[in-house]
Parts: sequence; C-alpha cells; structure tokens
Amino acid sequence: MATESSLRDRFEHGLAAPICLTWELTYACNLACTHCLSSSGRRDPRELSTAEAQALIDEIAAMQIFYVNIGGGEPMIRRDFFELIGYAVSKRVGVKFSTNGTRIDRKAAQRLAGLDYLDVQVSIDGADALTSDRIRGVGSYDAARRAMDNLAAANFGPFKISIVMTRHSVEQLDEFEALAASYGAELRLTRLRPSGRGVDVWQELHPTREQNRQLYQWLVERPNVLTGDSFFHLSALGSPLEGLNLCGAGRVVCLIDPVGDVYACPFVIHDEFLAGNVREAGFGVVWTNSDLFRSLREPGNPGACASCGSFDACRGGCMAAKFFTGLEMSDPDPECVFGHGERALEAKSVLIRPASSSDHSKKVPVRLSLR
Amino acid sequence: MSLTTNTTFDASARWELSPHVSLRDEEFGALAYHHINRRLVFLKSRELVNLVRRLGEFDNAREAVDALVDAHEHDRYLVALSSLAQSELLHGD
Repeated sequence: MATESSLRDRFEHGLAAPICLTWELTYACNLACTHCLSSSGRRDPRELSTAEAQALIDEIAAMQIFYVNIGGGEPMIRRDFFELIGYAVSKRVGVKFSTNGTRIDRKAAQRLAGLDYLDVQVSIDGADALTSDRIRGVGSYDAARRAMDNLAAANFGPFKISIVMTRHSVEQLDEFEALAASYGAELRLTRLRPSGRGVDVWQELHPTREQNRQLYQWLVERPNVLTGDSFFHLSALGSPLEGLNLCGAGRVVCLIDPVGDVYACPFVIHDEFLAGNVREAGFGVVWTNSDLFRSLREPGNPGACASCGSFDACRGGCMAAKFFTGLEMSDPDPECVFGHGERALEAKSVLIRPASSSDHSKKVPVRLSLR
Repeated sequence: MSLTTNTTFDASARWELSPHVSLRDEEFGALAYHHINRRLVFLKSRELVNLVRRLGEFDNAREAVDALVDAHEHDRYLVALSSLAQSELLHGD
C-alpha cells in the first residue's frame, strides 16, 4: 500500500475527477461583503439555465464526484434553488451549500431539514453584529442568527457556521466555539484571501503573523474544527493541520462559476486561471484536457522556497494569495509564517497587482431589507 | 437512517460495503465517500479496492482475505478492513 507522501504526490498529479468541486450558482447577492471572493452582486444574464444546470449535475454524478460545494453570490436567490439541490441529492451527489442565511425562514429551514446528503453553511464574520456587519453589512448578522434559530427549530441537525479569519474575527475564536456549541453546530474557519473584492481589504484585514501563530495552535488543539484545508500554509509551524495540506487547484479541486466557466480553484476567478467552459465540451473534458490544468499537474518549481526546510510542510502556500498580492508563483506565500512573503513583497520595487477580470459588484451601496 | 455502530471488527462475521458508500477508482486505488457521515477515505491499493468490492460475496471477512489476498499480506489487509469498519464504510451482519 502507498505511503502518505507518495499519496500526496499522486494528488499533485491530479485525479480522474475532483474530490471537491465548488459551484457558484449565481453572481446575484443581496449582500455586498467587502471580502467577497467572487465580487458578487448582480446576476449575470448568461447564467446557466435550469436545464443546463441539471445536465451538469448529470455529468457530475456520472464522474462520481461525491459532493459539490454550492455558493455564489447567494445561491438561495435562484428561483430553482430547491429544484436543483433536490435533483443533485436524488442523483446521489451530496450538496454542501454556503448561504448568508437571509432566505432561511421557517419554511425553508423545514424544507432543508427534509433532505438527505445536504449540509448547510451559514456565514458570519464576527461573533457579534458590530464585528460581523462591518464586513457583511448592517443587519446581516441578525439575519444569519435567525437562519440558525430556524434551522435548529426545524431539527436540521448539525449545520455549519462558517467564518473567514480576519484580524478582528480571529480574536473571537472562543466565542465562535461557544456559539456553535449552543446550536450543536460545527465550526468552519477559512482563510481570508485577496481574491475578488477581498483584494481591497486584505492588507488591513489579514491576520498578523502572531495571530496566525495563535490560530494554528488553536486549530491543532481542535481537529474537529473544519477548515476546508484553508490553512496549510500554517503547517510550517509544526505538525500538519487536518487535511491534505496541498494546493489542490486543478488537481483535486476546481470551481465552476454561474456562467459555466471553469477555474482552477474558488479563489482565482481570473482569466489567467480559466480552464474552459462547461457549455462547450462538458465539464469532464475541461477537467481532463485543459492546458491550464495539465500544467498545474506538472511537478512545481519550489522557487524561492527551495532552500527552506519547511517547504515540504507548506508547499509554498496558496497560489491565489500570491497572484492577487502581486507575487510570482515562485515566491513564498504572502503570509509565510517565517515572514519570507512579507520580505518578498517589500523587496519588489514595482508591485503589479492583477486587475480583476470578472466583477459583478453592484454599482450602488446595498441595504439589506428585512422581512 | 441507521448506521453500523460496530467498533470492533470480527473477521469471522460477514461484512460488505455499506450501501451509503460510493467508490471511485483512481490510479492509486480508490476514493470512498460515506454519504451519511461524510467521511472521505483513500483506499491505497487496487487489491484492497477489489477486496472491499467483493467482500459481501463471502460468508466472512477471513474467507474473503484468504481468497483474494496474498498470504503474507493477510494481517495487513485485516487491519485495513478493521479501520474501514470503524469508519462505518463496511457494514457487518
């Protein structure tokens, strides 16, 4: 039987199909979070139709992709949302979907509770309205808490509370843990990335090096906290965190956006990482044959990290975090735990951050209307 | 839905792949996903995948291992089956 390290090498060469496929159902959103990875807001008129979405689910089922992470935008805004997730689970494709919770009223919570193979992740970005609403907009925290109350009242079971780690939320880890416990919910923490609108706030909001160190320690002590393999760049601090601990872009993960464009991962909605479109040839052909994905599956060059003793632990970190801060792929992660990334950023006399190639932000400020 | 809750593995009992599990072949072996407890498990050899797929054809796990696995590998594969049973990927009678 293969050893752990050779298994990781195998993953880096790519799999027959993704382990984890993220599908943003719509760019439409009733919030305008400052760190939105997909710069969502306005619906794209080219969005996949219900029939096209169902055909895609058929293909996902045929490829034996066990589950899809559904997001957006706010996926529940799509009128056919329940139709599509019902279709997916009927094909034995599990659904994990991320929502701001604004559409989970009592009735919706009961409907969700009636579906097998379904996980719900409700997003907040602080343990109180003040901290969370600063990022997600006024009223968003209370709306998310109402959704959690409704899920609990409907006996949904252990839903997930999803939080992006910012300089402020990372100070509230114990409060998040208590909140999750009060609902019998699971906690899911993810990394703030400079992707989408996140590029505008990353500099001021990403955790400090000391905060990252504390976060790592907190996670090591709590292997049951979910992270979606977000923090593998922190594994250089000691023993590896739970997960595969590698950049899975185009190898074990990818993203399908609302118009059917396939990107290497959920954090790189940018022309440079566009592999193809499901409308043209189908998803399987893009996954197997795209030049971009094939090149990502070639052995990587450790670049500036080659001489670092921790390269095997962090693998140079996150491709998206480097790209959107203006670093090269051969540079260290901007949040390298040893500060090599910060020094690489400082050392560049010219730093060119890539311009966004996909922006669905609303042009006017969003106000959440409460029902 | 009821889940198998056996935590000890009895090789003299009949076992089979849980009906809640999907297996997907990969070059290294297979990926297995349990749709209820959401566990993702890596089966790291083709022989193990074959054993797991055909386990239910035999009256007990030991017979299956005897028939499908090289003698010097028996213990290792019984340990592997035991850990799969603990993850509820296998369903015992």
